[in-house]
Amino acid sequence: MDFFKKKRKKHYPDFWLEYEAKFDKKVDYTISEIRFVVFDTETTGFDYDTDRILSIGALSIKNNSIPINDSFEVFLYQHFYHAKNIEIHGILQEERQERITELEALIKFLEYIGDSVLVAHHAGFDRNMINHALNRHGMPNLKNKFLDTSVLYKRTLIKSPLLHVKPQYSLDELAEKFDISKKDRHTALGDAYITAIAFIKIVQRLKTKKNFSAKKLLK
Amino acid sequence: MKNTISARVADFLKNYPPFNEVATKELENLSEQVRIIYKVKGEVIFTIEEEAHPCFYVVHKGAVVLTKEPNDEVVDLCDEGDIFGLRPLIANENYKIGAKAYEETILYAIPIIEFKPIIKEYEAVGTFLIESFASNTRNPYSKSYRGKLYEGSTPTESNPLKSSELLDVQGVSYSKKLISCSENTTIKTIATTMTEKRVGSVLIVKDNLPVGIITDKDLRNKIATGLFPITTRAKNVMSSPVITYPKKMTVTQAQMAMMKSSISHLCLTMDGTPDSEAVGIISKHDIMFELGNNPAVLLKAIKRANGFKKLKTVRRRIMDLLSGYLEQNLPLTLISKIISELNDACIKQITKIALSRMDAPPPVKFAWLAMGSQGRSEQLLQTDQDNALVFENVPDEQLTETRIYFLELAKLVTKGLFKIGYEYCPAEMMASNPDWCLSLAEWKDRTFHWITNPGPDEVLLSSIFFDYNLAYGDVSLVNELSAHLFETTERYPVFFLHLASGALQSPSPSGFFRSFLVEEDGEYKDFFDLKRRALMPLIDGARVLVLSHQVKSINNTAERFEKLAELEPNNEELFLACSYATKALLKFRTKQGLLHNDSGRFIALTKLTKEEKIKLKRSFKTIKDLQELLKIRFKVTNLLG
Repeated sequence: MDFFKKKRKKHYPDFWLEYEAKFDKKVDYTISEIRFVVFDTETTGFDYDTDRILSIGALSIKNNSIPINDSFEVFLYQHFYHAKNIEIHGILQEERQERITELEALIKFLEYIGDSVLVAHHAGFDRNMINHALNRHGMPNLKNKFLDTSVLYKRTLIKSPLLHVKPQYSLDELAEKFDISKKDRHTALGDAYITAIAFIKIVQRLKTKKNFSAKKLLK
Repeated sequence: MKNTISARVADFLKNYPPFNEVATKELENLSEQVRIIYKVKGEVIFTIEEEAHPCFYVVHKGAVVLTKEPNDEVVDLCDEGDIFGLRPLIANENYKIGAKAYEETILYAIPIIEFKPIIKEYEAVGTFLIESFASNTRNPYSKSYRGKLYEGSTPTESNPLKSSELLDVQGVSYSKKLISCSENTTIKTIATTMTEKRVGSVLIVKDNLPVGIITDKDLRNKIATGLFPITTRAKNVMSSPVITYPKKMTVTQAQMAMMKSSISHLCLTMDGTPDSEAVGIISKHDIMFELGNNPAVLLKAIKRANGFKKLKTVRRRIMDLLSGYLEQNLPLTLISKIISELNDACIKQITKIALSRMDAPPPVKFAWLAMGSQGRSEQLLQTDQDNALVFENVPDEQLTETRIYFLELAKLVTKGLFKIGYEYCPAEMMASNPDWCLSLAEWKDRTFHWITNPGPDEVLLSSIFFDYNLAYGDVSLVNELSAHLFETTERYPVFFLHLASGALQSPSPSGFFRSFLVEEDGEYKDFFDLKRRALMPLIDGARVLVLSHQVKSINNTAERFEKLAELEPNNEELFLACSYATKALLKFRTKQGLLHNDSGRFIALTKLTKEEKIKLKRSFKTIKDLQELLKIRFKVTNLLG
């Protein structure tokens, strides 16, 4: 076991090893002590192989509090460039945002998230996007626990024959339900903020249900 | 590093004092250090004698209540944009007042270390903070200073929680939107302006100085009597000279001034003399609103509100009125009439505001229906909203388009209701849901289906929908729908059997030994569910009985029982007892709700007095008797099996 680990580790750069090492300590299941990182990626499209990340925005939450100076926002250089996405994301290549390479963005992101619990709306997509980017640079997948607000939201709904539960709830619908301003929608950090507030309110609602525990939430 | 979120925070802060004084760049830098904090309703932010936090707070969303010893006396209620928790900024000591989230709240915590340089740089910021700090600890005049320092900022919202003893020291809030004309304006123009702006007086100015005033009374006494023609000029009619006062006035002073000169409007000027610029007018109505809690004044305030935020302030006053009435132990019938009237007016006003925000007028006639407790005029506290919309029949090809319009409207209205405190219905029974926004023909089909196929869901839907009440719009649509319902139920009487069995589904309030049955798990473990176990059986029972008697247009449960007592003299005693029990339980629920700032549905039995428990139990006996009657009358025993 140790042998394999050592051998594998040799192939990975320091930043990955540092990231990996953060998972060695035991997980604390006190919900007010958990650092959640809510993030969103804006991409050129929905194909994990050909599309690329345009920007990543993330916020941290601990004990229902979001320190703005602990937020994360990066814009990436683009070689792959789909005009159709401009309409949705409003990110123009010429815009005067400071840009970094994909690898730099990943290094910064890993350092920022550490072993936090990651939260995203339709998290599967963002997770795959990041994982594919990591793989391209010879790294394995993210090790963090993931929570998906679109799944969690459905758990807050009452069980009633009268309520027709949809298979999917968009971030816009959540914003309306929870009275969150949709300003900055479709920027990575703007969406991360909406997701973060929705996440806090969802957890609040779940807490009132019976048998709630942080351990179960993170399972 | 500046980012999307810090920019957003800065964007919010710049609208409110003292941050509006701070240069954009500095505000942006400050915003990067802000913490965004979420608090659930009732959650403590800090307590009295707690060690000072390294920050002070701005309310971003929701409201925060500040309290003081002894007895958690309410000092102030902070709304969006208000600052609090300033003590650590001013003095190095523990908090002297407590702060708690009054609603679900989002706060911005501003770090003091980062903020101190700004105070040094901007004198106005420091002054404002000291004034605000003083106001939170009940220093006289500070409320009016608040407006004074920041002319041109939004007028000070009147504080909804002030007690009457404060009136002697509390600054009066006045309308800063001064409506004025010149001496040569014709009376006709003036009257038109007054009607448009919905004010009772117009100030006549010359070179920016007040020279006269024309009020409703002048129009009545001098124009309508024929003394002057409608084409006459303002200078011939106005009362002159104007009695002016300094704007730094307390409510009591303003009231005294009006009484002294027997006038209904005071003109406020910069220095209190007619030789300085006029800044505002206080009307008797403004004073009445300060003094408070009078349904007529509140009703007027509702009708004048042109935004959801203003309505929310009025709604809080309505709650004050309600608690006052309950304290005085007025009859519940009277209380619920008045409160329902006010609630109704709020919904109407919200619909009006929503209509004005639509791009086009409604394509056809429609009616906004209040369902559930609101439809029964039993909604004293704010609970969830249940509503529906019915619109006139349109040709098939226009149906989609018409529905889109009304869904859009319904979205605005439900949002408005949400903003003033009605939670969204968790089961989505709202007009913004396409299932509850139908044409008259569609409603007829749908209710026909419920009545003729009464499964458990259909019965549940019927029991919610059938208590509808017109809240806004066209009455003929509603009458036609009601007629259809009665006709159908008469043809399919088996529906009553199912409705009655539905009414008997509510769990029993007490166990075999007459002990209360409490919830076994969940958030309200060991609480007594007053709504489900006690009120619902009465409400459901009254509905099925009244429907089976084909009684129209009585929605209120207590009134339904009274009507039933009249229709069935042999059961008079039971029905009157039911009516009494309904009122008693409703009053009980309302009191509990006001006490805990919630819907009053769940009750902690340990907190009840022995007398209260006995009262409750007495009503259970009545409920059991009613259920027996339903069983026998509609022969539902076999169905329950």
